[in-house]
Amino acid sequence: MNARSARAAAPRGSGAPGRTAKGHEVSGHGANGSGPRRRGAHPVAWWGWALLLATAASRTGNPWLLLLIAAVAGLVVVFCRGDEPWSGAYRVFLFIGLSAIAVRMVFYVVFGGSDGSTVLFALPSVTLPDWAAGFRLGGVVTLEGALAALYDGLRLATLLVCVGAANALASPRRLLRSVPAALYEVSVAVVVALSVAPQLVQGVARIRRARALRGNTRRNPADLMRTVVAPVLHDALDRSLALAAAMASRGYGRSAGIPAPARRTTSAFLLIGLLGLCAGAYASLSSVIPSPLAWGLLAAGAAAATCGIAFASKRVPHTRYRPDAFGSRDWAILASGAAAVAGTVLSGYFEFGLLWPATNPPQVPPLPLAATCGVLLAAAPAMLVPTQTKEGPA
Amino acid sequence: MIHFADVTFGYDAHPVLDGVSFDIPEGEFCLLVGTTGAGKSTLLQSINGLVPRFTGGTMAGDIHVNGRSVRGAAPADLADIVGYVAQDPLAGFVTDDVELELAYTAEQLGLAPAVMRKRVTEIVDLLGLADVRGRTLAALSSGQRQRVAIGAALVAGPSALVLDEPTSALDPGAADEVLSALHRLVHDLGVTVLLAEHRLERVAQYADSALLLHGGKVMAGSVGEVLAVSPVAPPVVRLGKVAGWAGPPVTIREARRHAAPLRAALAVESVPSDAAAAVGPALLWTDALTVDYPGVRAVDGVDLAAARGERVALMGRNGSGKSSLLWALQGTGRRAGGTVTVGGRDPARLKAGRRRTLAGLVPSEPADLLYAETVAAECDGADRDSGAAPGTCAKILDDLVEAVDSGAHPRDLSEGQRLALALAVTLTAAPPLLLLDEPTRGLDYPGKGALAVRLRRLAEAGHCVIVSTHDVEFVAEFASRVVILSDGAVVADGPAREIVSASPMFAPQVEKIVPGWLTVEEVVAALGGGDADD
Repeated sequence: MNARSARAAAPRGSGAPGRTAKGHEVSGHGANGSGPRRRGAHPVAWWGWALLLATAASRTGNPWLLLLIAAVAGLVVVFCRGDEPWSGAYRVFLFIGLSAIAVRMVFYVVFGGSDGSTVLFALPSVTLPDWAAGFRLGGVVTLEGALAALYDGLRLATLLVCVGAANALASPRRLLRSVPAALYEVSVAVVVALSVAPQLVQGVARIRRARALRGNTRRNPADLMRTVVAPVLHDALDRSLALAAAMASRGYGRSAGIPAPARRTTSAFLLIGLLGLCAGAYASLSSVIPSPLAWGLLAAGAAAATCGIAFASKRVPHTRYRPDAFGSRDWAILASGAAAVAGTVLSGYFEFGLLWPATNPPQVPPLPLAATCGVLLAAAPAMLVPTQTKEGPA
Repeated sequence: MIHFADVTFGYDAHPVLDGVSFDIPEGEFCLLVGTTGAGKSTLLQSINGLVPRFTGGTMAGDIHVNGRSVRGAAPADLADIVGYVAQDPLAGFVTDDVELELAYTAEQLGLAPAVMRKRVTEIVDLLGLADVRGRTLAALSSGQRQRVAIGAALVAGPSALVLDEPTSALDPGAADEVLSALHRLVHDLGVTVLLAEHRLERVAQYADSALLLHGGKVMAGSVGEVLAVSPVAPPVVRLGKVAGWAGPPVTIREARRHAAPLRAALAVESVPSDAAAAVGPALLWTDALTVDYPGVRAVDGVDLAAARGERVALMGRNGSGKSSLLWALQGTGRRAGGTVTVGGRDPARLKAGRRRTLAGLVPSEPADLLYAETVAAECDGADRDSGAAPGTCAKILDDLVEAVDSGAHPRDLSEGQRLALALAVTLTAAPPLLLLDEPTRGLDYPGKGALAVRLRRLAEAGHCVIVSTHDVEFVAEFASRVVILSDGAVVADGPAREIVSASPMFAPQVEKIVPGWLTVEEVVAALGGGDADD
């Protein structure tokens, strides 16, 4: 309710920013003296780091490595997050991740999958008729298949956890400040979507308390859906709309003075560029399309998108108030994330089998060395960015 | 400066604004008055294009601000001529830092960095935000947040500033801060201000003119003229009408000049006494109750006892621990230490279903309690939740408020009706202890009066009613006893009349004009009702 007295003490000390004649020893973290009390690292650095970590996770099926990535993400969140409302997002995404694993397992048990020889138990099986593509329901559940499903679910869960870490570490609102104004329509949609996640965290707590006031502690899913999920979503939608309206009233994405045809050209440019980027990304991941063509597509898409954004941003009269400098520490954070990806790439060349351990026959997979080192390096931000509430000389 | 010419706006066939024409000259502080749901927000938002851009609906007529036609323009393109401040500043903040928030609009307008710095510094000085400019928004008090929201709208140098209930969630002190800052802006910058507010007793004294929005039509005039015919008017105006003062006066100072004859007439009458109000057997008892949040002690060793039939108002600044105390009394909120006993039992130890038969709480967002699609379904659900006979909740709702459409969605009800529904749902479990957290937000004077009457009836029926509120006029109408909290501790506790008259901050308007009397109704009753008819 009131965190005021708790947190007021730290920032108050140095009075007017910019006038730090003798304020230097007071405000310990003086890496870049120009900014007024920079809190934490640049949001783009955090999102970049988390997405790089997610990329590393998507490049492996090794359960130990995946658990390590999730643990590293958790460690950094615990060390570096502030006490803002969205800081609890990590836990929520952790739960979503766990449910992803559960859903994957249920799907395996119901629909079957890769088969093996170590039978755990057998369910009565039904084979659907030909018009339903001959799907098999139920049947034998093998250890090999279950392991494969578990690894697969774990990979998805780790990706989710990385996104959760990004949400917990960097306020989506500050991330918005770094979006080029040309992307108005896109970024409004993104901001509304991003701000939903942390608001859900607060909303669920509030609605659950109110639910207890009605004496309703039932736990069946239908009731939860109606009495918790629906009101929470309704609330989050209301708040997101309020934010969008407030942003518009304050001039976000003004088109003042730009002729409509130019605006349309820019949007078209941008859209084609983004589509090219998507097509390129798909092509580079797909095994069907030859790789030179895929990379070509990706490069062309990226170029078109960059041109579109640059072209459009020139037309939006837009300035920055004391821009968040992207400092050496932020580069270090990005680099640590890149190390994780580099590690998996190296392992991909030298120890491919360890990156994608076989589940048939079942065995305890060993850790790939390069990838492990890379992921451990990605924990560096925990040391680089101290918790912000601490005072005194760093 | 702000000019409406025959503006009509509505959804489908139902008009919200019906041929509205008025003109607010430059540098005027204008007050927009109207009952809940009269369309005040719609009128305000049509000035900066949010209506119809964000709401839909059809609009006809012409709106000019500073000579520029704004009808049909996008809100973003109007940011440099109209500043808009919404009800809840937190919901509209784009950044999380005071300075960045102030600079945001200037960034969007593409002001040069040097100009921007200068503007931000000016705004910081003008609004008295110098000692918080480096803080995060979450660390501010509610009054400071509202001032930041106003400053953020002003940085672009708009010629008009539009505010929708800027003080409705603020305690009296914070509201004063915000309003005097606005007053200064009008004088120093020559901004034209149009402000909608329910708590007219707070703002009437600052305004130069007023608009009354009623049934889609607008009447413009001086504050006194408009409030004299308005269905919503602050106590000082109603008292002036009762006493037949010319004007009528809208400020306490003006009213005091006229007050001598009234004081003399009332001197022979005896001040109504609440001591006679029957207080039943003891019900609630707490000992050294504490509530902790990470890093903060919200409630600090509160000893409180209350009996059936008591009407207690819990007052104090925002963040003084009122809500935490209510939640802890109900038992759903966790307490760090101490004991709570309601009717001989500790509600925190009971299951949620049993707990609500002991103590019922209506939270500050009454809609949180409601989740059915229709009012009727909500009532049925409440009957089932509390094992009451079918129809119990619907009957309670009927007693509380007349003519609620039982097929309506709870979120489509008016504020007052939604509050009544939440109250009915809570009362279905028949709890002897009834707690309400900030129930008067968004209610106009008739709505608050009706709520006070309902709560008084409940207290007479044997409930102990505890209400946390900032609203001194509501307290005057409702409470028999006032408890003032500060930093989580009780600093004053006693009969309402004694406590509120001892503090200038918590005294209602009538008390300031005729000491000893709290409400217009008391004065009317004492005078024998003869003057009340005109």
